[in-house]
Amino acid sequence: MKTTVVEPPVPSGAPVGLPAGDGRFSLLPKTSFDGRVETELLEVAMGPHHPSTHGVFRMDVVLDGETIVKLKPVFGYLHRNHEKIAENVSYLASIPYTDRLDYLCSMTNNWAYALSVEKLAGLEPPERAEYIRVIMAELTRLANHVCLIGFLAQDMGALGTPLMYGFREREKILDLFEALSGSRMMCNYMRFGGCRLDLPPGWVREARVVVDNFPKFLEEFDNLLSGNEILMARTQGVGVLTAELAVNAGITGPMLRASGVNYDIRKVDRYGIYDRFEFRVPLGDHGDVYDRYMIRLLEMWESLKILRQALDDIPEGPVMDPNAKIRNFKPKPGECYERIEGPKGELGFYLVSDGGANPYRYRVRPPSLVNLTVLEDMCLGHNVADAVAILGSVDIVLGEVDR
Amino acid sequence: MLGEGIIKGMAETARNFIGSYSDPERLVTVQYPEEHIPAKQNARNFPFLVFDVEDPVAGLRCVACKICEKECPPQCIYIVMDRDDKGKPCKHPKVFDIDVSVCMSCQICVEVCPFDAIKMDTEFELSETNRYGGLLLTKDRLSKSNEYYHKIHSVEAAEVDARLADEKAKAEEKVKAKLAAAATAKAAAQAAKPVAG
Ligand code: SF4
Ligand code: SF4
Repeated sequence: MKTTVVEPPVPSGAPVGLPAGDGRFSLLPKTSFDGRVETELLEVAMGPHHPSTHGVFRMDVVLDGETIVKLKPVFGYLHRNHEKIAENVSYLASIPYTDRLDYLCSMTNNWAYALSVEKLAGLEPPERAEYIRVIMAELTRLANHVCLIGFLAQDMGALGTPLMYGFREREKILDLFEALSGSRMMCNYMRFGGCRLDLPPGWVREARVVVDNFPKFLEEFDNLLSGNEILMARTQGVGVLTAELAVNAGITGPMLRASGVNYDIRKVDRYGIYDRFEFRVPLGDHGDVYDRYMIRLLEMWESLKILRQALDDIPEGPVMDPNAKIRNFKPKPGECYERIEGPKGELGFYLVSDGGANPYRYRVRPPSLVNLTVLEDMCLGHNVADAVAILGSVDIVLGEVDR
Repeated sequence: MLGEGIIKGMAETARNFIGSYSDPERLVTVQYPEEHIPAKQNARNFPFLVFDVEDPVAGLRCVACKICEKECPPQCIYIVMDRDDKGKPCKHPKVFDIDVSVCMSCQICVEVCPFDAIKMDTEFELSETNRYGGLLLTKDRLSKSNEYYHKIHSVEAAEVDARLADEKAKAEEKVKAKLAAAATAKAAAQAAKPVAG
């Protein structure tokens, strides 16, 4: 793959971003280049886009012709005051709000939050609940990654087909969620000290059918996209994120691993019961968009492995810690931070308790927001059309970025 | 060969296209207004209040303890307790409103209710031309019978009934034991009297 990296041109006029001389604020000073036709930078606002894609998000890009010389992500359109609301309601009542953080992965959001509160209150989920949680988290990962790949292809112009194939498979997973929790996306399922309900009869069998049929679909996806020359031309060598920058910027999740850094919290922290399962962590080589796409595809294979083991080994028993209280839940004063490997990266909750019924401080560490911070570094020097593909490969959900 | 990947992908699309006309696994569309997918056991949409006997007013299980009102995350429940002429609380809601345009179907109210008085409905065709008043469900619209509850969540309702019957039996036993204890105490006191006299 040939890549052209264009150095950002140095404008000879006022530095970019300073007010122009006539008093009007402008990002666009007149520029001229030595020995070249005088060109003018163009500022384009890309977005805000429709919520059904990634969320409402705008990129202010400054272009020299087709080349991006400056990019500013603008977000906050979906801000719902999540953290402040959670500080004003009881611990239990903010679980449904965590569903709405990253609305594609409510189960993992529940889990991260429940894990934090459990640490704060010293609760211990029973064995069966731990297995259920792992199963839910891996199903969520599958659902998230098929969506992501579909959206990535859609962003690059493959209108509909891959996305709809992905949605078709996600539908089956959502049916499983619905049978269990009563809701397809806003599951509100996990509780401090376990899970709200036991699996309904026959659920494990249905889940096995879904898991057994999934490889067929992954192969289909592989045939459809992985070898596609157009996809390769659009993604290979585009939006390269070096391992060094990724680590320095705090990038986590598949994005970090696509840059070749072996860091998976399921392996590092071994929260829950992840130490019991055998799975590998796929790593990328180049850190470009194609690697990020491929990592997700490979991760789905590993998730299937975990799912098979968990569905085989799941024991009988209670799903709630008997010490857990629903009403009048007041953990002792203290603070804690717990994190999990969400489908998008490290999702953590930081809680401070003053012994009352509400958290004194509640803070979310959203993977999407942190992963978005390197967007400019990845986009500089590429074409406008590449920015769309790069954004698609970051895997953001604005519910989580803006909170 | 250049273009091989594209051709391979196209073949996949073609296979899916043909499958969508012939493969029964892919003919999954449900003709919605005429056909319905049966609701799942755990399906939930908006809450309703359960009443036991025929009378939807006196039979309401709700005792207006306001726990659900306090716990509801978006604060969409409004309860006023009924009071008798002397101003004594009657353990019965006078007003019980749920604004379902705000409700986020989270089921927290169901979980915190100690009396199994509020449960989740599966009704979802609730469109209204009156955007504000029409979606504010008042007590009479929220009250639904226990039979209805059995119809939509048969497993859960049976569990709840068994639990309530159990609790009732225990409570009755307690009362009986209390009465018996009182009776024996009385008898003992009477027996003790002559000695004292
Ligand atoms: S529904 Fe339940 S929690 Fe709510 S006021 Fe009535 S009895 Fe109390
Ligand atoms: S379902 Fe949730 S939002 Fe709706 S009334 Fe109950 S507690 Fe409130």
